[in-house]
Amino acid sequence: MCLGIPGQVIEIQDPVRKLGLVDIGGVRRITNLMCVVDEDHPIESCVGAWVLVHVGFAMSRIDPDEAQRTLDLLREMGDLQSELQTIEGKGTS
Amino acid sequence: MTSSKDTEHPLFQRIEGVRQRTGRVRDPIVTQAHGGGGKAMRDLIDDVICGALGMSAQQIQEDQARFSLAALAQYGDRLAFTTDAYVVSPLFFPGGDIGKLAVNGTINDLAVSGAIPLYLSCSLIIEEGLPMETLRAVLQSMGEAARAASVHFVTGDTKVVPRGAADQLFVTTTGIGVIPQGLEIAAHQLQPNDAILINGYLGDHGAAILVARGELQLETTIESDCAALHGLIAALHDAGITIRAMRDITRGGLSAVLNELAQASQVHIAVDGTKLPIRPEVQGFCEILGFDPIHLANEGKLALAVPSEQIEQALKVMHAHPLGQQAAHIATCRPTPAGLVTLDTGFGGERILEMLVGEQLPRIC
Amino acid sequence: MRFVSEFRDPATGKKVLQQIEQQLRQLGHDASHPLKIMEVCGGHTHTIFKFGLEGMLPPSIELVHGPGCPVCVLPVGRLDDAIAIASQPDVIFTTFGDTLRVPGSQKSLLQCKAEGADIRTVYSPTDALSLARQHPQKKVVFFGIGFETTAPATALTLLQAREEAVSNFSVFCNHITIIPTLEAILADPSLRIDGFLGPGHVTMVIGLEPYTFVCDVHKKPFVISGFEPLDVLQSLVMLLEQFRQGRCFVENQYKRLVQPQGNRVAQQAMQTVFEAREHFEWRGLGSIPHSGLRLREAFSAFDAEKHFAIPAQQVADPKACQCGDVLKGAIKPWQCKVFGTACTPETPIGACMVSSEGACAAYYNYGRLSTSRKLEATR
Repeated sequence: MCLGIPGQVIEIQDPVRKLGLVDIGGVRRITNLMCVVDEDHPIESCVGAWVLVHVGFAMSRIDPDEAQRTLDLLREMGDLQSELQTIEGKGTS
Repeated sequence: MTSSKDTEHPLFQRIEGVRQRTGRVRDPIVTQAHGGGGKAMRDLIDDVICGALGMSAQQIQEDQARFSLAALAQYGDRLAFTTDAYVVSPLFFPGGDIGKLAVNGTINDLAVSGAIPLYLSCSLIIEEGLPMETLRAVLQSMGEAARAASVHFVTGDTKVVPRGAADQLFVTTTGIGVIPQGLEIAAHQLQPNDAILINGYLGDHGAAILVARGELQLETTIESDCAALHGLIAALHDAGITIRAMRDITRGGLSAVLNELAQASQVHIAVDGTKLPIRPEVQGFCEILGFDPIHLANEGKLALAVPSEQIEQALKVMHAHPLGQQAAHIATCRPTPAGLVTLDTGFGGERILEMLVGEQLPRIC
Repeated sequence: MRFVSEFRDPATGKKVLQQIEQQLRQLGHDASHPLKIMEVCGGHTHTIFKFGLEGMLPPSIELVHGPGCPVCVLPVGRLDDAIAIASQPDVIFTTFGDTLRVPGSQKSLLQCKAEGADIRTVYSPTDALSLARQHPQKKVVFFGIGFETTAPATALTLLQAREEAVSNFSVFCNHITIIPTLEAILADPSLRIDGFLGPGHVTMVIGLEPYTFVCDVHKKPFVISGFEPLDVLQSLVMLLEQFRQGRCFVENQYKRLVQPQGNRVAQQAMQTVFEAREHFEWRGLGSIPHSGLRLREAFSAFDAEKHFAIPAQQVADPKACQCGDVLKGAIKPWQCKVFGTACTPETPIGACMVSSEGACAAYYNYGRLSTSRKLEATR
């Protein structure tokens, strides 16, 4: 369910209706930013932010640091697996 | 009784002079009168159609085009004959228009048989109310495309239908070409180990059209890849490449073509998903709408099968041609499972690549 | 594309797969006793098949493709209602492309369009609202489908329609919610599921808290997962680690997007506009209490169910169809009596064959080769 795709907010087009132009892989669409704006995150702060777009609405901001941490974890997992293989390889040879 | 004196009268002369003039169309829009078989239609043909398509008034005096068989025979020993109707909306889109599409599409249908495309017909179904300027622009574009490809319009037909009976303008082009002696290109000739090559980015046309319709409210710089491919194909022949099978990749996308080839030859076609040339923007477009570029339409792309020992040479020829710069070796034929197309997902997995049931619909889930 | 391509790296994927195999071995699972994990969401099903994960995973783990495809579970009766609305004069019926091919009892929306109804595909509910502004003399109806990911978009569009007093706009609301559905699945004694991959995008809206009952009451591990192949694989590793530790809790793999509290603006909008229905019918699963949303009284001016005469008939699922069993993991798609014979993507009988997200359609289109290989290997 629920196709969502990362895009970057390029500019604010209508601060009252909270509409902004979002770039998704080089394709642009006017997107409703209401769900990613609150007291701590005014509409101006959206420019440059990465958001998840679903049916014309930005549903959440994407946290680049968390994304990096997830990738780091995945790579560590991979490295660990390589080490294990090396050990196993030595053990059986 | 009418005497010669009557026809010498200035009044008669004046009217006759105007009547004999080549027709001019001054109406801002096409009306049903332009399809009524009378003077208005004559004028439309003379003024708007023939000139743009490069046909002389003399050429269209008869109801049919006539060819010398001997002249055709100098090109080869078989005729290739094809027809295609174009109903694209909008009529004009980034990278082309319905006229250019109709000319190049029919040329491509001839050319993938190996034929040298020679003659075209042009049949127009016009919805009344179409701006005359629009019609002129489309025909201008058709004429330019035909001249660029060195093919000639030789006959045609025009109908005007009431509002609502057609969507602005439908164009049908029929083409005749000649297949050189000894050239056998057919869908059933694929053999295990043959390579499938394509000449460039997939999905540009399909994406450009959907964006141009405006309903999705997307902004892109994607342009249709609409192009005539016979020059590229001739370059491959000239280089001595053995083409076992060849298809232009249009509606239904690459998946439809590969499935047809796999079925016809009863081979397994294994696609390397990482080798498919896809523009980042088309990829983005597809991610948004839940599409797969492998099912999107193209209008200037072909898939061809060559023996494995000719891969490098064929790619070299294609890369040197303006329409083949992104050419790639995207799939390999295997004996089994026969009739099936699979795709290496690039993630290590493999999945079946099916032909779509209908057209792709934008999805949210 | 940023935040997409990084999570599709095959080299990393291969190693994570090795880890999954190892974890499964340590847990003592093999092909005859596979661990059964349900991915609740059709988006995951799509990823699993699109990237061929199904064929790459060892036979000691079995993925059960859950009910999280709002298109698949849309009941025949509601689709007939949609068709009835779309067929009325002066109506522009707007819908996501997903619903167009879903069969009703007589026909689909696509066939209805061919018969002359003005049915238009939209990308966003806001596009439907724009159409209403452009065509004040027409009644523009939006076919609201989807779980909590999509429902806020409908809610926010309705709030805007009310603010601008767009009187010719209405919504035919078929939004559904995930928690009652999970409760219904978990309450079924025939259920054979060891743990869950949770729906990342729904959770981005509703937050983590609503899932705690899955772990506290039913003792099933639950990992909220992203939708790229590495997300799915990492979530499986996290689930397996919970099994190893003998623990079970709601864990969040999709931290780049999912905040523990969810999205307050979206929750607020849904709260303002929608209320739960007593019952809602699901294709394949039957009636589930409180699983459907309808417009609150304050929004009745925008409620298509109040504007149009609709048949509102319950239409029973076809008898031969075993979708309910597939959705609960009791049988695999290919074990259904009509799979691939009477029921195909061209002529779907049941929910799971209707949309490309459906488990049966996915097996039919993408997975039949790898599945056959696996079955052959374990024969």
